[in-house]
Amino acid sequence: MSIKVLYFAGLREALGSSGETIVPPSGVATAGQLRGWLRERGGVWADQFADGRAVRVSVDHQMAEASTPIRAGAEVAFFPPVTGG
Amino acid sequence: MPIRVQREDFDVGAEIAALRAGNRRIGAIASFVGTVRELNEGQGVAAMTLEHHPGMTERALEAICAQARERWDLYDVLVIHRYGPLEPGDQIVLVVVASAHRGEAFAACEFVMDYLKTQAPFWKKERTGQGERWVEARASDDEAASRW
Repeated sequence: MSIKVLYFAGLREALGSSGETIVPPSGVATAGQLRGWLRERGGVWADQFADGRAVRVSVDHQMAEASTPIRAGAEVAFFPPVTGG
Repeated sequence: MPIRVQREDFDVGAEIAALRAGNRRIGAIASFVGTVRELNEGQGVAAMTLEHHPGMTERALEAICAQARERWDLYDVLVIHRYGPLEPGDQIVLVVVASAHRGEAFAACEFVMDYLKTQAPFWKKERTGQGERWVEARASDDEAASRW
């Protein structure tokens, strides 16, 4: 299963990446599990995706939650709390 | 139910006139304009850049407006939100609501803004005398959205 992951704003700058294509392991089926899996990369990934950090997520252009399922071909975006308006 | 995400500035009067055009059942038009302030968190703001998530921004704004139309009896809702480089005094966002009576127009306009502040994927980066920094989301915005 291949998915597209995007990073926005301050999170993108901290991670040094605007996005990537990922093939997650079979245990990663939700947005929350994906976040946990990215955290395991350690270093800045562990910092930015730490449990206490306010990171929002969208799946296929809709605001999502940790429990939101991720399917093959999904676009998952991680970003700080929004500040529009 | 026009939704526009664009770099260019907008003309509030022209947009309201276009939204009203021809519908004489409209008795109330409420509007909100958000602008860039030159002072934020005690620091002078020289410039700002608005980043967004293309594709998701339009969809998020459409969803917010659809919710407003479900909750209140409205004739129309317009949202224009800019992105890209902006300076103090510039217009950022316009919300216009048209209905028969003012109660719905006022409430829906405030609702759309409160939800936009927590649901629309935009991020502001300010340039101050101390360098650049990302604007932090406010707890008051979450509280404002939750009271609806």
